[in-house]
Parts: sequence; structure tokens; C-alpha cells
Amino acid sequence: MTELDAEQKGMAHAIAVRLWQSRWLLAAGVLAVLIAFAFASVSAYVLVLALFLLLAAAMLPAGGLRQSAEDASAIEAIGLQRLSGEYLAAAVADPLIIFDHAATIVHANAAAFAAFGGIAPGISLPLKFRAPEMQALLDSVLSGTVASDVVDYTEKLPVERAYRVSASSVGHGTDLYVLVFKDQSEARRIDRMRADFIANASHELRTPLASIAGFIETLRGPARNDPAAREQFLQIMQNQTGRMARLIDDLLSLSRLEMKPYLKPGTEVDLRQTVDSVIDSLAPLARENGLVIERDFAKGPLDVPGDRDELFQVFENLLENACKYGQSGGRVLVTIAHADDGSEPGIEVTIRDFGPGIPEEHIPRITERFYRVDVETSRTQKGTGLGLSIVKHILTRHNARLSIKSEVGQGAAFSVYLPAH
Amino acid sequence: MQSVHIMSAYDEELKYLSKRIAAMGGHAERMVEQAVAALVNADPGLAQKVIRDDAVLDEGQREIDDKAIIIIAKRQPMATDLREIVGAIRISADLERVGDLGKNVAKRVVAVIDGRQPTSLFRGLEALANLALTQLKEVLDVYASRSVEKIGFVRDRDDQIDAMYTSLFRELLTYMMEDPRNITSCTHLLFCAKNIERIGDHATNIAETIYYIVTGDQMPAERPKGDKTDKISLSAALPAK
Repeated sequence: MTELDAEQKGMAHAIAVRLWQSRWLLAAGVLAVLIAFAFASVSAYVLVLALFLLLAAAMLPAGGLRQSAEDASAIEAIGLQRLSGEYLAAAVADPLIIFDHAATIVHANAAAFAAFGGIAPGISLPLKFRAPEMQALLDSVLSGTVASDVVDYTEKLPVERAYRVSASSVGHGTDLYVLVFKDQSEARRIDRMRADFIANASHELRTPLASIAGFIETLRGPARNDPAAREQFLQIMQNQTGRMARLIDDLLSLSRLEMKPYLKPGTEVDLRQTVDSVIDSLAPLARENGLVIERDFAKGPLDVPGDRDELFQVFENLLENACKYGQSGGRVLVTIAHADDGSEPGIEVTIRDFGPGIPEEHIPRITERFYRVDVETSRTQKGTGLGLSIVKHILTRHNARLSIKSEVGQGAAFSVYLPAH
Repeated sequence: MQSVHIMSAYDEELKYLSKRIAAMGGHAERMVEQAVAALVNADPGLAQKVIRDDAVLDEGQREIDDKAIIIIAKRQPMATDLREIVGAIRISADLERVGDLGKNVAKRVVAVIDGRQPTSLFRGLEALANLALTQLKEVLDVYASRSVEKIGFVRDRDDQIDAMYTSLFRELLTYMMEDPRNITSCTHLLFCAKNIERIGDHATNIAETIYYIVTGDQMPAERPKGDKTDKISLSAALPAK
């Protein structure tokens, strides 16, 4: 019914437009008919008939409608009327928040939700962005002292991010304001990375370097003519250079991860396949250490959003640790299970060894860089002290959790909880 | 969301209170962040700035107290409004304490610079501070969104903070036993760790207050004491060799 109504309305509108466009022609025609009527004495019926014919002719669709300037401006007006602020905000790639004079959020685009989370319309902005410089920015724009302003704003947690934030009022008298965040994290992070790299590398590389220097000195001095000692020292030196190379590799891969703390959404990873290939790649190491790797995978699809290469590295590091430090247990158990005990459903991958276990006081800290439970064991197993640190970094990016359970003498279980969506 | 009163001035006053709380929260977060950065990077200049900034929080607390009492006297608030106002007084007191603890950490920076400690200790402190700051940030985010149903995370993280603190305590004790010359700076670091752990506790207190403001009930009371430093003795801290 309503469709029909609308159609009728549309047709009426079209006819009206057509009549309006040919208004001068029509007026001239009517005038001519009236003059003819006045001079020649024909009956009133003929007059009515003539007028009706004129009107009908005017209503017929005109073949070539000229596009006038009037039409162009009409299109622009109609186009802008149709454009809602919401669509415009959604088309902006940077986080954007529209708020009113009381600093209450009116609208936030998808990028803002993704970046900050928990910003529904109705929430007060100064309560969400509490940093002193943001408070000052909001105050200055809302009080009307300036029309727009820009500040640099950094967020330290959960991952470090830096933004250049601009605030300005929208139009005149709309009582609305807009905040736009430009991401500056990249440049900031490169600076930090350089500083961190130098600090970590210089500290950790000095030990093997000192030992190599010491052996060179001995080889040139007291051990100059001792072939047995020379062979032994050269072997130690080779081990030390190997350790330095591994350290640099790990530091580089950690730095690369820190460079890109955001994950591109949309890619899915098949955990079953990923974990299987990790187990295959570590089978030689397990055999060497006399270990059996057992699997217990849940049925059905085991897909989670994420980056396959990064998750591969997570499970590789965890399983490698289990093989190295849980050697005495004789077996390693890898489990994949659906877990939905928490607020959101997800998949839990657990890698459990049956070795000596980790003392309780070390558990909260083993994901720190260069933290080692036992320096001696770590050295003999060629650990760099960065493996778990890399794991934790990747998992933070995946919005995932690592939980560690261990009892001395009972082995250790590392569980990775990945949210499904 | 707050309901609307017939007197819009009343709404304005309540909004002003929560805005002041948020501003205080922002200052407290910034102070703790900078105090720990000053400690880790051995930066006495930054530490001095943190010490000066504490005045802002003291002023904020006084102002919130005054405003809250005036509102109670003028408007005779009931139910949610009354909880909101009393809650503001309590939260501002907690935030002021957080600022004091941050200031105390900053004050110790100079004393710690003299005897350089192993970097692993500072990493531990930084990790502890990150946990406590995340706790504070998420709690204050809940104050903004009022979504108290998700407040369970507070307990979990409190446990993590306690475990981390216990571990640091043990490590510091070992360093002190290794070399008596470490005692001065390690004692200062021990107080810093304690202060940061207390910041986490204040954040938990704030979470409980927010729960009370929104629901009118007390948060279910099960807070077992998680840090086990009270059980650490010299013999337990000695590495078994």
C-alpha cells in the first residue's frame, strides 16, 4: 500500500516539475487560446477542450531535458542531506570521537572502538581520557577560548602508543565537537627500540665477549705451545660466538615485534595444523633428548584469529623449552581444548612437561627479559633468556593469556588461552 | 547512567565531582608512571618533578571534600546520589594516597642512584609497576563506564601483583646477604616495591567503592592475604646450594 502511495506521490511530483518547467510556454498557449476565443465566437466547450489539450501536451515527458545549473545545486543539496555524520566518521581511518558541550561522547567510529575500547555513547570523555594534557585540551576547546587545539598524548598500557590529538568545534552553533587521533607510535617506537637494543645488547653481549677476549689472551700467552689446550679453548670460543649470534637473532625478532604492536584483523589460524607442524619440526630435538611428544587434540575445527607465523613461534618456543628443561620427565604432553569458563569462549593450548618444575617464587617473573631460573642450565641448553619474553609479547598482541602452573618435582604446564573471536 | 534531576544545577554538581575524580586519577597515574621511570632510568630531574606534582593531588582531594560536603548540606541526597558523593570522597582519598606513594618512590631515586643494582632488579620493579598501573587504569576505566559486572579482573591481578612482590622481596634479600654494601640501596628498592604493591591495593579499594556506588551492595568479601613475604625468613631465602 505504502509503496503504491509513494509511487503516486512520485508521479505527481514529476508532473508538477514538468508543468513548472514549461510554465512560460503554457502561459503563452493559454493566452493565445483566450485571444482566439475573444475574437472568434466559438462555444465555451471548444475553449475548455483547447485548454485541456494544451495542458496534456505540457504534461507529456519532454525528450531532451536540459541539465540546468538549478539541477546541479539541487543534487549537491540532496547529496549532503543524505550524508549522515555517522557514515562520514566511519569513512575516516583514524580514531574519531564526536562529543557535545558537556564532553559526553555522542559518536565514536569503529577505529576509535578498536583503539580504546569501552567508549560507548553517553560516556563522559574526561573520565575516559584522564591524562592531564587531554583534560587541558578538552577544557580549552569546550570553554570556547580557542576553536581548535592539538596536543601529543601517549598511552603506556597495555601497549605503548603515541597520538597527536586535535580537538575542534564542528560548524557554527551545532554544539558538537570532534576529537581526531593521529597515530605517531611508529616514530616513537623506533627511537625507543634503538635505546632498548643498545641497553640490552651491550649488557648481555659483554659476558661472552669478555670470555672470548680472555681465551685469546691465554692462547697468545701461556697456552701458545699447547695443542690440547688450544683445541679446547677454540671450542669454547666457538660456543661463545654461537651464543652471541643467537642472542642477536632473538633481540632482533623481539624488536621487530615491538615495532608492530597491532594485529591486522581478519586472518584465521588453524591451531591443529600449526601445532602439528611445530611438533614435527621439533621431533629431532625430542628424539635427541630421549623424549616422547604426546598429543591430545579436541575434535572439530580449532581456528582462532591471529598471525600464523607468530603463533608458530609461540608454540615452538614453549615446546622447545619443554624439551630442553623437562628432559628428565621422558615425555611432553601437548593438549588443545575448547575453553569457555571465562567471559568469552576460546581455545586453550597446554604444553606440559614432567621435568624438575619451576620454583614458585620464579613463576611470576620468568617472562621478563634475561630472567633465568638457573643460569647454569640455561647456558648449557643454549638459552638466550628471551624465549618467553617473545612468547609473552606475541600473546599480548593476540589479546591472549599465558598461565604457568608448576610444582617442584612435578613438571611445569604452560597454557596459552586464545580468544576465539 | 545517572537519572536526571529537576534541578539541572544538581546534575552539574555531581558531574563536576566525577570529572574532578577523573582528573585526579589521570594525575596519579602519570605520577606513578614517571616515578618508576625516574627510578629505572636514574633520572633525578624527573623525580623532582614528581615530588612537586603531588601538590596537585592534595589540592584535588581538598576540593572534592569541600564540594561533596556542600552538596550533601544543600541537596540532602538519597540513594544513588548519596553513594555517588560518599564514593567520591573515598576514591579521592585513595587517589591522594596513590600520589603520596608515587612521591615516596621518587624521593628514593637519589639514594638508589649511588649504588647501582643489577638491571634485572629494575626490570622486576618495572614489571610490578606495570601490573599496578594496569590495575589502576582499568579500575578508573570502570569508573567511567560503570560496567561493574566485569570487575572480577581486579582480584586476579591483585594476586599477580602479590606474587610478583613476593618474588622481588626474596631477590632483594638475597642481594643483601651477598654483599652488605648492597643493603642501603636494596632497602630503598624494597620500600619502592612495597609502595608499588600498595598502589595496587588502593586500586582494589577504589574498585570496591565503585561496585558499591553502582550496585548499593558491598563487593563479595573474600580477600585472602596473597603476599607471602610474612613467611620469608633468612633460611628460606637462602638459595639451596
